[in-house]
Formats: sequence, C-alpha cells, structure tokens
Amino acid sequence: MTMAGQTLYDKLWETHVVHSNVDGTSLIYIDRHLLHEVTSPQAFSGLRLSKHDVWRRSSNLAVPDHNVPTTDGDENATDPFSALQIEKLDENCSDFGITKFGLNDPRQGIVHVMGPEQGATLPGMTVVCGDSHTSTHGAFGTLAFGIGTSEVEHVLATQCLIQKKMKNMQIRVDGELDPAVTPKDLILYIIGKITTSGGRGHAIEFGGEAIRVLSMEGRMTICNMAIEAGARAALMAVDQATIDYLQGRPFAPTRGMWEKAVHSWRKLKSDENAYFDTIHHFDAASIEPQVTWGTSPEMVVPVGSSVPDPADESDITKRAGMERALDYMGLKPGTPISEINPDKVFIGSCTNSRIEDLMAAAEIVRGRKVADSIKQAMVVPGSGLVKQEAESRGLDKVFTEAGFEWRNSGCSMCLGMNADRLEPKERCASTSNRNFEGRQGHLGRTHLVSPVMAAAAAVAGKFIDVRKWNYH
Amino acid sequence: MENFLKHKGLVAPLDRADVDTDAIIPKQFLKSVEKTGFGKYLFDTWRYLDRGEPGMDCTDRPINRDFVLNIERYRDATILLTRGNFGCGSSREHAPWALIEYGFHALIAPSFADIFYNNCFKNGLLPITLDDDVIEKLFHEVEEMPGYKLTIDLEKQIVHSPASSIIEFDIELSRRQALMEGIDEIGMTLKYRKIIKKYEVARQLEAPWLYPELS
Ligand code: SF4
Repeated sequence: MTMAGQTLYDKLWETHVVHSNVDGTSLIYIDRHLLHEVTSPQAFSGLRLSKHDVWRRSSNLAVPDHNVPTTDGDENATDPFSALQIEKLDENCSDFGITKFGLNDPRQGIVHVMGPEQGATLPGMTVVCGDSHTSTHGAFGTLAFGIGTSEVEHVLATQCLIQKKMKNMQIRVDGELDPAVTPKDLILYIIGKITTSGGRGHAIEFGGEAIRVLSMEGRMTICNMAIEAGARAALMAVDQATIDYLQGRPFAPTRGMWEKAVHSWRKLKSDENAYFDTIHHFDAASIEPQVTWGTSPEMVVPVGSSVPDPADESDITKRAGMERALDYMGLKPGTPISEINPDKVFIGSCTNSRIEDLMAAAEIVRGRKVADSIKQAMVVPGSGLVKQEAESRGLDKVFTEAGFEWRNSGCSMCLGMNADRLEPKERCASTSNRNFEGRQGHLGRTHLVSPVMAAAAAVAGKFIDVRKWNYH
Repeated sequence: MENFLKHKGLVAPLDRADVDTDAIIPKQFLKSVEKTGFGKYLFDTWRYLDRGEPGMDCTDRPINRDFVLNIERYRDATILLTRGNFGCGSSREHAPWALIEYGFHALIAPSFADIFYNNCFKNGLLPITLDDDVIEKLFHEVEEMPGYKLTIDLEKQIVHSPASSIIEFDIELSRRQALMEGIDEIGMTLKYRKIIKKYEVARQLEAPWLYPELS
C-alpha cells in the first residue's frame, strides 16, 4: 500500500509547525502579519499593558482602509471616532517600529489588495490579518486566514499562533467559463451550492482547468469569498501566473534570491495522490452570471431566473430565514431578477476592486450612460496604485463620462464605516462580498454581483444578463 | 477574564440560523479603540427601532418588542440558545466582547463559525456545540417553560436541563483548561521562546527570502 501524498495545505502546515502539543494543537509560525485600524488598537493596548515588545517588526505591515474617506477635501472627512482609530494606527506603528502606508501614500489601499500588490504576500508563507477576508492571499499558494484581536496581539508578541489543523477540501472546477461569466459568478455559484457553512473546519483548495486559466486577480476574487463558504483559508497551487505576477514587486525577493525562491515555490501544489476529506466538482460551462436575492451570500440565483419561493423549502429554519430575507429585501417570491431595480451601484471592495475588475467594468460602461433611475454609481479602486494605473489607461474618464463617481481607495461602501453607505431600503448592485442585513448601511439592501454585472445594472437601471451585450 | 467553572442561567432562544457578526455588533460600533462599551449595542439593529450610533445613550431608544432579548421573560438571560453557523462573517472580536458585556456566559448552537468560535475562548465565553435534535428539543423546552434555566458544568462537560436530563458536550482539552484556569496564552507561548528562535534560524536557511532584514 502506498501512503497518500500531501495536500498543499498539509505542506504549508508542516513547514510552519514550531511545536506540537499533546492535545492536537500546534504552535504555528507566522511569516506575514497585516494590520489595519479597526481590529488592532486593542491588541496594541494589550502589548503595552503586559509590557511585551513586537517579536519581529519586519513581518508586520499596516495600512488604514476600513474607515478612510474616499473623497478629497473635508466634506467626507473622517468622523472623530474613525479619525481616532486612524491616528492610533499611526501612533502604534511608529511606537513599535512597524511599516505603515498612510492615508496620502499611493500604496495605501484595502489590506488584501495592498499585500499582494506589494509582493508582501509570497508563496509558501503563512499570512494572517485581523480580518476574515485574509483568505484572499491563499491565491498565491499561501496559508492565509483571518484572526481576532486577541490573536493579533499574540502574533505581535510571539510571531506564532496556537492552531489546530483544519481538514482538507478540494473544489475542482472543470471546463471553461463563458467570457462574460467571471470568477465572482463562479464563487457565488459555489457558495450557493455548498452553502455558507459548507467549508467550515476546512481549508479549501481550488483547482481544475477553470481555475488554472484565471489571472491572479480572478484567483484572489475566488479565495476572497471562501470565508463566505465558511472556510477560514483558501488555497491555490503556484504556477507560472503566480510567479509572473510577483516578479519585480517591492517586497518580492531580489539579489539572486529570486531564482532560489521560485525553485522552492514551484513545489507548492498538492501531490497527485493527496487525500482530501471532502471533494466537490463543478462544471464551469454551465454557470450563468449570478445575483444574490437575500441576506446571505448563499441566497443566490442565475440572472435569468426568479426570486425563489420559501414555500418550496422543506427545512423550517431555512424557510423562516428565506421569509425574513425577502421581507428585509422588499422582494416577492417569483419576481424575475431582471425586474429588480437598484438605486445605487458600488464597484469596489477587496473582492472586486483590482485593475482587471475595473477594466472589465469600464468596457461595459464605455460610451454609455448611467440610467436616470440610479441615484449614485461609484467606483472605488482597491488601492492608490490601482487608481493610478486605471487613470493611466483612461478608465477614470470612461467612468466619469458615464456618470460614475471616481473615488479614492478604501473599503468604502463594502461595509459603510465611512460616509459611503446606503440609506434605509436603498437597493444596491454591489461587487462586494456580504449582503448581510445592514452591511452597506442601516436597512440597506445589497445584491452581490460581478463588476460587469454591476456596470450593466448601472446602465440599464436593472439587472440584465451581461452576456447579451457586446462583450469583448 | 473570569474563570469559567460552572454556570447556571436563564436561557434566551434566538431562533435564526447563520447569525453573522455584523448582526451581533454592527460596524459603526467598531470604531472604538477599547474592548468595552459594546454590550448595550449587542444586536443593535434587531433590538432597537432607530439607527444606533456609537456613543448613544440607549435608555430612551425605541425598542423592538418582538426581539427575543426584549421579551420580559428572557431579559436576564445569560445563555443564548441559537441555530447553526452562529458568528459567521467578519472576524471582529467585538462580537464576543459585546455578548459578554451584555451578560452572556455561554452560547449553545448546532455549529459556530470557525473564527468566532476561536474568539469566544479568548474572552471566557463558552460556545457549546450540540446535535441538531438536542437543540430542537431545547428550543421546545425553553418555549414551554418560563424561567427555563440550564446549568453548565464545564469540568464534567455536561449541561443539566430542568427536566434533570443530562446532556454531554465535547470540547478540546486545551480550550477547556484555558477557560477554567484563565490561561495567559501569550505568556504560555513565550515559554517556547527558544524553540521559536530555533525555528527561525532553521527556516532562514531554507527560505532566506522570508527574512530580508537579515540578508
Ligand atoms: S473591502 Fe470589505 S470585506 Fe474587504 S476588508 Fe474592507 S470591509 Fe472587509
């Protein structure tokens, strides 16, 4: 009998075990720690209180993103609470000697856009951050997961975390996506199938043809939303696309080290005979553009269909959840998705604010106008550098001429901690990742879609199947 | 953090699945740089009829009488009974901080989201996972009996219900100990200081690009 091989997750886990405890937990070494203003202040207070120093300064990298204003000038300036958090981040980073990209630094951006963009996320690393969407970084063959504030303090002080090994899940997507069907549609579709708790307790490795042909941006979109499927960590094997993306990035290895690193990164994939506790297969060709109708990312249907009827659900708790969601969303069962009219459109967030997302959305918008019925349509690039690149390609003009607002980088209306948010009952076509009650603003109604679907909804004033438009 | 040994308390039934941490403590309250002050905003959108803002005095706010924690018989609840995937979504540790400050000592559900589950233990809040059918039975009992209390014995890993039935639950040894003894995890890890340093030296030989400050 031959022994089962190792999964990518097994390999990453094994290389980071510092010490194994008798009860099955292990002390795991953390290579990269990303910080932002919302989940770190209490951790730094804890350090001060217990008189601990930061274990390894250079592993930490900080950026304010959740609270930052996305307009210039004072009108959208941070409220006093947000200002204090941003100030605290400044103070904590300077006191403890941690590198930070401040508000006016072009490198500032959403932490999960900034990390990979800087090459601060590298294959083979463990990456953590006090934010659940840290799963994004798994696209690089990295073991990356979100942690709470106590763990932020633990990493700062010890460079380690006490963890129990997760189970392995493989999600293989074969076949080819329609050109207008995006990685966002794919991950929404998967969440719809395996549910928001389907990945709980697992690290999900995504693979198969449909994943291998994706750009790093697309791969990040998928890993980003693994947490919405209940999985703390997502993973993808390293290949040439990973290596090409990283070459020349500021934090990537140089000085003769690059070749050595690449040589080692190429081994970062699951063995042929690796054992997975759970396996799912999907066929990319059958997937249509997706739109969520409810208050959980698993409440999702293809754009060509209708709002489902709770009466068809046999599970009582689920049915009650659907009824509550419909009530909250102001929708009736059986309403065609194509008859739903958003009031606002938001293109941004760590799911879909990278250059590729903005380029695709701009192609839909080019030469067209935002519908009169849309109160506000905004594009919020994921980082200052994404913004610069988009401007150098003239995308800002395309968007503003169509009637979109062109903003500065930040989390913005993904969670509405700054001034960008929905008013009660406003309906939004959003490229973000969570349609929870109140997520984008008190009583706001969120429909999660891809950037091209959001752009098309802005122009049409309703959800339409973007595949029916000229698309190149 | 208080040590958790035994707890007897009133149970409130929150009959929803997939309760996310945005619902437990909405984002506007995350602007604090403290660990306290969140209890009065727990489940803010469900508890109150107006829109909550940080710093707000909650004594005069219009309350949602239908929400379980506003119903007289559940007001002093210290144990929350709920449905699957509780605590999904954002990693905010403000969620357990708010639950504890409100007065909860334990949560009982068929399952909890991974990050939230972990965050509970760091703060002395006990999440108990029980099978779906047991949860169903508990929901039924709470509904039927005003003043329904459960007694949780962490050391024995059992829950006593008033019908004096005994329900066993699983919990990892290290987590149980951490709750019972209130372990300082950072202090514990720092006992391995030498081993961590040794790891770093070995790892640096293998993957020197991870240690640019040393090259
Ligand atoms: S963009 Fe949204 S999901 Fe991403 S880190 Fe910011 S708030 Fe969280």
